[in-house]
Amino acid sequence: MVADAYAAAFDVISGDVGVPAAVRALRRAAFDRFSALGFPTPKNEDWHYTSVAPIADQEFALLASRTGDIGRDDLAPFSFGVGAGDWHTIVFVNGRFAPELSDLRKLPAGVEVTDLATAWSAPDVAERIGSLASHESHAFTALNAAFAQDGAVVRIARNVEVGRPIHLLFVTDAAAARAMMHPRNLIIVERHATATVIETYASATDSTYFTNAVTEVTLGDGSSLRHYKIQREASRAYHVGTIEVEQARDSHYVSFSLATGAELSRTNVYTTLDGEGSGATLNGLYMLDGEQHCDHQTQIIHAQPNTFSRELYKGILDGRSHGVFNGKVYVRPIAQKTDGKQTNNTLLLSDTAHVDTKPQLEIFADDVKCTHGATVGQIDQAALFYLKSRGIANALARRLLTYAFAADVLETIEVDAVREGLERTTLERFV
Amino acid sequence: MSLLVIKDLKASVAGKPILKGVTLTVETGSVHAIMGPNGSGKSTLAQVLAGNPAYEVTSGSVSYNGRDLLAMPPEERAQAGIFMAFQYPVEIPGVSNAYFLRAAYNEVRKARGEDEVDPLEFADLMDEKLELVDMDSSMLNRSVNTGFSGGEKKRNEILQMAVLEPKLGILDETDSGLDIDALRIVANGVNKLKRPNNATIVVTHYQRLLNYIVPDFVHVLVSGRIAKSGGKELALELEEKGYDWVTELAGASAS
Repeated sequence: MVADAYAAAFDVISGDVGVPAAVRALRRAAFDRFSALGFPTPKNEDWHYTSVAPIADQEFALLASRTGDIGRDDLAPFSFGVGAGDWHTIVFVNGRFAPELSDLRKLPAGVEVTDLATAWSAPDVAERIGSLASHESHAFTALNAAFAQDGAVVRIARNVEVGRPIHLLFVTDAAAARAMMHPRNLIIVERHATATVIETYASATDSTYFTNAVTEVTLGDGSSLRHYKIQREASRAYHVGTIEVEQARDSHYVSFSLATGAELSRTNVYTTLDGEGSGATLNGLYMLDGEQHCDHQTQIIHAQPNTFSRELYKGILDGRSHGVFNGKVYVRPIAQKTDGKQTNNTLLLSDTAHVDTKPQLEIFADDVKCTHGATVGQIDQAALFYLKSRGIANALARRLLTYAFAADVLETIEVDAVREGLERTTLERFV
Repeated sequence: MSLLVIKDLKASVAGKPILKGVTLTVETGSVHAIMGPNGSGKSTLAQVLAGNPAYEVTSGSVSYNGRDLLAMPPEERAQAGIFMAFQYPVEIPGVSNAYFLRAAYNEVRKARGEDEVDPLEFADLMDEKLELVDMDSSMLNRSVNTGFSGGEKKRNEILQMAVLEPKLGILDETDSGLDIDALRIVANGVNKLKRPNNATIVVTHYQRLLNYIVPDFVHVLVSGRIAKSGGKELALELEEKGYDWVTELAGASAS
């Protein structure tokens, strides 16, 4: 039985004595919680449109040690064309830190990028795990806390502005077949610090495996973080990724979630605007084909007055794919003058693609400005005729319009290499 | 030779008959003006010639350069040298004007068996074409027609025409909504593109445009049929007497 498989895996990992006591205690509590919760079913409102049966019904092995045979050249497709040394890069192969592939030599003063399995010996790191992403109600977060073996810890000290992006690159190869990986990341941006973190999940294989990542982000007063999550898992892989953010006064969190890989994927981006003047920009793009299923759930809690949020998610669905978007915005009674805007646009390229979009606003303050809108449509016929009337063949015209639909949200990416890289990816996919 | 031969063309939009038997022949080297009151079918004729699928041809024939035009999809018509300047150019956010123009140019070249041009070669070509319509090269970096003023959109249409160098240019009410300066620029562009081996059909509601683009022939469309044809003086007569005059003529001939 699958439950027995997780119990057996837990017996192995809980016997790992090299791990700090605080982490072992967290693992135990999280595993007990996961055992009680079980995998979510569609009866759970948060999983209404996404069945995780393909994950729940299969056994995935926990890799006991570092595996894989990845060279630097294998990373090129996921490096956005930037040369060695241009970015600060920490690489994980099949879930484990790969120091020989990482490039952290040029980290400026006040910036730490370390692997969790080393960093958690420090008590303040161990304590932070689970402080934002609780395992109490989320089964996948509990599963991650029980089985996390590695991940990245990024800490930006006060007033430090990091110019070069920091890339957390999680890559799998054939050794990850039938395995599960539970990367756990911590990002701490202290008061008035600024940074860009790119979190990539990619694969050099077409194996079936299961990634279940959790990233906790703490933003201090007046800090800002651009956080781009790039999900390009193998086409038969499963991916669940949760990002939980806590924002202090005047902080700004900018998130972009790209999802093109995996047979079944779910990305959660949750932020709490817990300081006056703080704001969040959550954008995303998912491009699906075949039998792919991709679910995004975002949650923005306006917990203080004068906070703002902007959200634009776009989906391009072809084949028999299924896209899901659920955007929750909560405005607490104290959060007057909240300014929120949420948009989800879907382009359907086939008659058999399917979308479920669910904006959800719960507003308990009376002086706020909140809007949401969702559109689902096909290629615009007037625009299609316009292009064709200029000699552009039907197939190219359709691809150009599809690209244009995506370009509108890709334009919001402020790191040139990332934006141009994703524009290229999109153009190659459709043109 | 005759570039375009339209015979007894009938067409409908959403099941409603608009063109009720149009017959017209256009020779190379000539400029034909199609005038007429609102709802007479002028724009429908332009759309049908360009191949807009929203318009259904119910009977009649159109021969272009000896080919059956109605059997060709819109992109093939364009590749074969037909160009319609839209009355309402479509905005396409996310596609740059430069990319769009080069894609169109290369598709047309490919159809003619010519090599595609790269962005650098194309940029050189554009410098010359932009001048023709008094446009700044910054227009190339903007998304197609997105946020353009009415005048900019129409100039962008003529720019496309200049790039594609059609054999048959069809201007669908290109003058509507233009101030006199924009009108002069647009008309000047069209005149400079005139060649002995191409032809232009100017669809317009007003005589004003024809002061700048001088037609060889003027046809007045009323209720989906050509009610009267003549030389450029017919346009002046129309301006003076109004469309009621031909509408009555059409009524008299029909009864």
